[in-house]
Amino acid sequence: MKYKSQKVAYWFFAFSMLLLVLQITYGFIMGFARIGFDGLHEFIPFNTARAVHTNLLVVWLLSGFMGAAYYIIPEEAQRELVSVKWAYVQLISLAVVGVTAVVGYHFNWWEGRKFLEIPRQLDYLVVVNVLLFLGLILATLFKGKRKTTTALVLSMGLLFAGLLYLPGMLPFDSQVTDSFFRWWVVHLWVEGVWELIMGGILSFLLIKLTGVDREVIEKWLYVIVGLTFLSGILGTGHHYYYIGVNKIWLIVGGVFSALEPLAFLAMALFAVNMYRKGEKKHPNKIALFWTLGSAIVSFVGAGLLGFAHTLPQTNLYTHGTLVTAMHGHLAFWGAYAMIVLAIISYALPNMTGRKLYDSSVGRAAFWMSNIGMIGMTVAFGVAGVAQVYLERKFKMDFMEVQAEISIHFVILILCATLFTVGIIMYIMDFIKHGKPTDEALDLDSDL
Amino acid sequence: MLSKKQARAFFLGGTVVTFLIFIGLTIFSFSQGQDQTNHEGITEQVVRGKQLWEENNCMGCHTILGEGAYYAPELTKVLDRKGEGYVKAVLMSPVPWNPNGRQMVAYKFTKEEADDLIAFFDWIGGIDLNGFDTVVSPLAKDKIERNKN
Repeated sequence: MKYKSQKVAYWFFAFSMLLLVLQITYGFIMGFARIGFDGLHEFIPFNTARAVHTNLLVVWLLSGFMGAAYYIIPEEAQRELVSVKWAYVQLISLAVVGVTAVVGYHFNWWEGRKFLEIPRQLDYLVVVNVLLFLGLILATLFKGKRKTTTALVLSMGLLFAGLLYLPGMLPFDSQVTDSFFRWWVVHLWVEGVWELIMGGILSFLLIKLTGVDREVIEKWLYVIVGLTFLSGILGTGHHYYYIGVNKIWLIVGGVFSALEPLAFLAMALFAVNMYRKGEKKHPNKIALFWTLGSAIVSFVGAGLLGFAHTLPQTNLYTHGTLVTAMHGHLAFWGAYAMIVLAIISYALPNMTGRKLYDSSVGRAAFWMSNIGMIGMTVAFGVAGVAQVYLERKFKMDFMEVQAEISIHFVILILCATLFTVGIIMYIMDFIKHGKPTDEALDLDSDL
Repeated sequence: MLSKKQARAFFLGGTVVTFLIFIGLTIFSFSQGQDQTNHEGITEQVVRGKQLWEENNCMGCHTILGEGAYYAPELTKVLDRKGEGYVKAVLMSPVPWNPNGRQMVAYKFTKEEADDLIAFFDWIGGIDLNGFDTVVSPLAKDKIERNKN
């Protein structure tokens, strides 16, 4: 750690870990409900659990991205954050908005629009919060001694993520247009600007962990984010095939979504090649595991599994089935959860001064959570494919099909348990690092 | 070999061009003659139905137009499959609806509210979904095939 103000990142990361635990808890509530154990139905019906599960995901990832920015930007810009006090105010307000929204979901206070359930009144607070965050990051960047490509791409991703929240706040009378513009937020976030954030964090980590020249890494960063936008923006069309808009999207969405895996493939090849090229052997092996893991798993989860049901001919049958949940889980895990866990693993020893670089708990956390998540993905996939055939080919009733496939959710819960043990171990490691301290300042270190 | 400057130009150029095409296609798909969203069928009752749909986060269990949570049945063309009477009974049920052991929250909608939601489902059923409606609703598909014959 080179700047005292980087310590603020720790608390964003800690908040992320707390929400991750809660997210998993609500996931279990849904899993058990699917196999008939819905004893909590009266207090936490499925729609509440679902809204909490997905919204907590978004908030813990955003908190992780914000923490990453508070850690990375001072180091890239070579100056302290413009205000640490306001960064804490921003964290507290994020926590207040997040907790209020989640509690509200238990009392039927929501918008009922998939992924964007936060009620309109709270939306305005989200906007204020994000503006404050962006103000702090951009002011630090522009007052800084240097403006690196890594810092610019990361900041651009965060800025556009903020801007793209706005179309989701437009009111529509038509379910079709409502859905159309909701995807401007959700799709252009996860298959667009969030990839800039991921690319920025990945690039920072690769520079630090492999020692490959910044110019080389940042050149490829541009190529990757270029490929992301080239395919991802028009790839939004794959959400428009069957929701009541023009057939033109079948062609546009089909062609450009087929290109989307390329961006993820490039990202995976880039990370692995930089690692091979690198002469520096950074001692933080756990951070390296998560960094390379994120690049590879995101290619499988977001790239390949996305492609598996993105062609219009396939999507006609898989749209609105558990096949989507299969892709969603591994994609979010690989691309975003793992990159946040990577930057945490990298930054934590630097902020706390405890160099737990290669603990057996840390390694076990990586493997168990990944194997668990892959198992969950397979369970969702088998259930989804069975659902497609039984319901859409053999015309069986929805609930009859659900009864047939419930066994896959038993497997899902078993795999989720393994996943959870991995996450608990990760958090144990997190806690073991202790609190951030100024004593960890190391002005000369290149680590 | 590609320089950093060229890589940046590729990123910025590609992004601007695809984004402009995206905006153009958006305008095109909602333009007159191309719009297939059944917009003219939206009445005040349909809007009230959509509000109820959102206020109660029906999408948190069901799917509509293929979007939702996959825990409860798809509701596109539900009136064709189940009939208005059945749907109304579910909506107004004072106890949790419990088909095959999976519970639905007892929303206890009034008759007016139930009618609003029925109007919403009816409007949804009139949207041109590029063929998805025939896949997602086999019963409706059978009806269409029967009519053809």
